[in-house]
Amino acid sequence: MIFEVFRQEKKGAAFAHAGSVEAPDATFAHAYAHEQYGRRQESEALWVVPRDAIHEVHDFHDELHQTYHRVDGYPLKEKLRLARERAGGTAKSVDALSAGGG
Amino acid sequence: MSEKVQKIVEIADDELILGWRDSEWTGIAPSLEEDVAFSSIAQNEIGHARALYELAARELGTDADTLAFDRDPGEYLSAPLVEERRMDWAHTIARHFLYETADEIRLAALKDSDDAEVAGLAAKMDREEQYHRLHARMWRDRLQDEPRFVDALEELWPAAVAVLPEELRPQMSERLQLDLPSNSLLRGFERGSHSEELRPLLDEMTMVRRSVPGATW
Repeated sequence: MIFEVFRQEKKGAAFAHAGSVEAPDATFAHAYAHEQYGRRQESEALWVVPRDAIHEVHDFHDELHQTYHRVDGYPLKEKLRLARERAGGTAKSVDALSAGGG
Repeated sequence: MSEKVQKIVEIADDELILGWRDSEWTGIAPSLEEDVAFSSIAQNEIGHARALYELAARELGTDADTLAFDRDPGEYLSAPLVEERRMDWAHTIARHFLYETADEIRLAALKDSDDAEVAGLAAKMDREEQYHRLHARMWRDRLQDEPRFVDALEELWPAAVAVLPEELRPQMSERLQLDLPSNSLLRGFERGSHSEELRPLLDEMTMVRRSVPGATW
């Protein structure tokens, strides 16, 4: 059986995928992960998860380019440029928009 | 050598020699994962030996390397159980399991020592040994119905009992539900006796160090 190992480097930090171990059962996986990902004191904690327990999800379509779902979906620079044009290029109004536009 | 120092050197020698023997599996263990795990355990044992030798060396006015490498084979205080070269996985796991059981009993007694330094080091070692025990027990659970493993356990039982001083042996018997061996079965396995395998092991272990006597490495 393959077990995926996730490693936490410091208390409170997010667990990140470290690699995998092959083991006949969960106890062996625990011991092998401990030696492979913890013996240099490089880990605060480990998650050892059977690969079968992980549901991998694919197929993210974006046929209609719905960029507004993304953080970068609203390019601020572009908005500033448009606002600048509308305001006739006065620096004051652009600054005001910029300051309020977090 | 005081009784306290003798006890420390006994354990240090056990850990050094067993660490060496277990490290003989590096590269040839039954799976890659086991190779890494068993080598790491072997390294831990040698690390424990180092810490114990340092403690003993301070009392004896010498250093850890001198204690570890510069004695004659007859001066080592290791138990014969750890000295045998056993290139068979069933025996290796049986020895590992029996040794870890004995070591747990021995460390528990040492943690209660009046000497704060000894008790502290025993507690530190015990924390690492917990993972050795986890490893030993999972293998025991997996192999316990295999005739080769059962035979190996039975064969090594007297030598394993002899790792412990007499007063701790009943605990070992109780824990594993096995009768203590008779004195005649224990003969040859008691501390002070050595396996014929010890001398070749020490020759190899000290080969590089002896090649340039007195060098600072």
